[in-house]
Amino acid sequence: MSTRGWDVPADLDKDPATIPDPATTPVPEELRREIEAHMALYPDTRSAALPALAAAQRVHGWCSPEAIDQVACVMGVTPAELDAIATFYDMLETEPVGEHSVYVCTNISCSLRGADELHAAIRDAAGDDQTFNVRAFECLGACDIAPMASVDGVYVGPLSVADVPQLLDDIRSGRDVLPDKQLAKRPCADVEANA
Amino acid sequence: MSDKLLFDRIDEPGLNTLAVYEARGGYESLRKALLRMTPEDVLKELEASGLRGRGGAGFAMGKKVSFLPHGSIEKYLVCNADESEPGTFKDRELMQKTPHLLLEGLIVASYAAGASRSFIYIRGEYSQQADILDAALHEAREAGYVGENILGSEHSLSLVVHRGAGAYICGEETGLLDSLEGKRGNPRLKPPFPANQGLYQGPTLINNVETLSTVPAIIRMSGAEYAKLGTETSTGTKLVSVSGHVQRPGNYEIELGIPSREIIYDLAGGPPAGRTVKCWFPGGSSAPVLTGDDLDIPYDFDSLAKAGSMLGSGAIIVVDDSTPILDVALKVARFYRHESCGKCTPCREGTNWTVHMLERIDRGEATPMDLEIMASVQDHIIGHCLCVLGDAMAMPIGSMIAKFRDELESHIESRRLTALVPEPESQPQPAGAVA
Repeated sequence: MSTRGWDVPADLDKDPATIPDPATTPVPEELRREIEAHMALYPDTRSAALPALAAAQRVHGWCSPEAIDQVACVMGVTPAELDAIATFYDMLETEPVGEHSVYVCTNISCSLRGADELHAAIRDAAGDDQTFNVRAFECLGACDIAPMASVDGVYVGPLSVADVPQLLDDIRSGRDVLPDKQLAKRPCADVEANA
Repeated sequence: MSDKLLFDRIDEPGLNTLAVYEARGGYESLRKALLRMTPEDVLKELEASGLRGRGGAGFAMGKKVSFLPHGSIEKYLVCNADESEPGTFKDRELMQKTPHLLLEGLIVASYAAGASRSFIYIRGEYSQQADILDAALHEAREAGYVGENILGSEHSLSLVVHRGAGAYICGEETGLLDSLEGKRGNPRLKPPFPANQGLYQGPTLINNVETLSTVPAIIRMSGAEYAKLGTETSTGTKLVSVSGHVQRPGNYEIELGIPSREIIYDLAGGPPAGRTVKCWFPGGSSAPVLTGDDLDIPYDFDSLAKAGSMLGSGAIIVVDDSTPILDVALKVARFYRHESCGKCTPCREGTNWTVHMLERIDRGEATPMDLEIMASVQDHIIGHCLCVLGDAMAMPIGSMIAKFRDELESHIESRRLTALVPEPESQPQPAGAVA
């Protein structure tokens, strides 16, 4: 849960941050190159805000003030403009999080098939292990493998509570996550399509 | 050979590569359109096909293309691959398994619309599919299907795969445009419509993945032939995502107009043994629910509209008789509360208070009068916001109150009775949780 917005009082005496000065804002060279490559793709460079923030998040682990400053510096916008974006989108983290994201879909189709129990089981099993960023997520677009989870972008399902220890173990040891349950390997349900 | 247009031999190994796609006749429609047809010819075929948008609104695609101004003004084509309507997962399977079909359809559509810049806005969660699209785009560019003077024609097109970052509202076309411009995904006031003022204030055509993926088939078989499939006003085939309480959840390609029962029972296997269909969403979680008595309704745009619901994105969510309707309502309402961008008051407040009132029922604090208030809140959301996100909650919740009033009333009564005898572990809610 983000603690930004109206949950914390703003410091009204402070001037709003201006566009960061390149001379005093070191940006990792690779990150700068990636952001600039994104900016070059669009008629208006500001369109690169989402891919740029995603790139900075990969480097810093989350959209930290430092990460936001670096993107703002390269893009030539104020940090506030990027803060407004980072707080809007679910996949941009505005607090430090665990390295491996485990998004458990708990929307209608998945919850009809036990997603809430699955989410609770994963959360409990992960405990306070800082490796994981376990989140209940809105419909991930994989109701055919409900209940399911997206592990660092890899969709796995249908999952049962019994799969949870293996799932976390695979992540911890850097193995391919539940290879038999990966969506990418699943044939189309419409048998006539392949007839 | 299967008789599928979109799902034809969909699991053929390597179909995501250019070599396999071309070996089965891929990009022939593009050749035909660009080398042997004028943009007007292509537009005529699209109009003759009767193809209606597959993203949710069901607007005639040919007509949408024709709304764009002519002349040398820079025009944009944006493919909506945000697919965030709960229950919908058809575009995901298309992009993952046959990305070149989408690219081919998109290039043909850009030719008809005279668009020179295009973007595929794909939701951030679909990172695997975005990687597949990027690889396919690289191949298509190398082969000369994307870029300057495609296949030696006058038509040029640039294409960028743009990844979102997790927001349902970015599936709404104007929210998507703001997001693509690098802003929060807040919907815009319409008019002006995107065809006149869309991306970067320029004329913009926005189409769903499935809509664009259908274009190559229309060019191949002709619009008139395509229009023979389906019903008179819902032509062609449609991908239907069936999920929830069915035995074989998944995507199925059907001819529009077949009985809904055939999709839910024959294709998807129906609910588990011993269970019956309590209600079903015919077009994603924002569609008003239908009941087990409505299973013989033909699955097409107009029949479902006549029944008081909608075909939407083609996502059927089945709920069997083991689930209380309150649980379904709470899931739906909480989702839209979370996803409301907060710009319009009826949506921001209406989704929030609907959740509060539903939770009140669950806590045993509600009276049957609350159902009246809740129903009137829904009525006050519909049509009163910039976009239809609020409606997307108000329509299904309103339909649940209307169709399952008896169950909700008895739920209120039974929860009230159990709430009178507090169990040791059930903590009273903090004051202020409900005003």
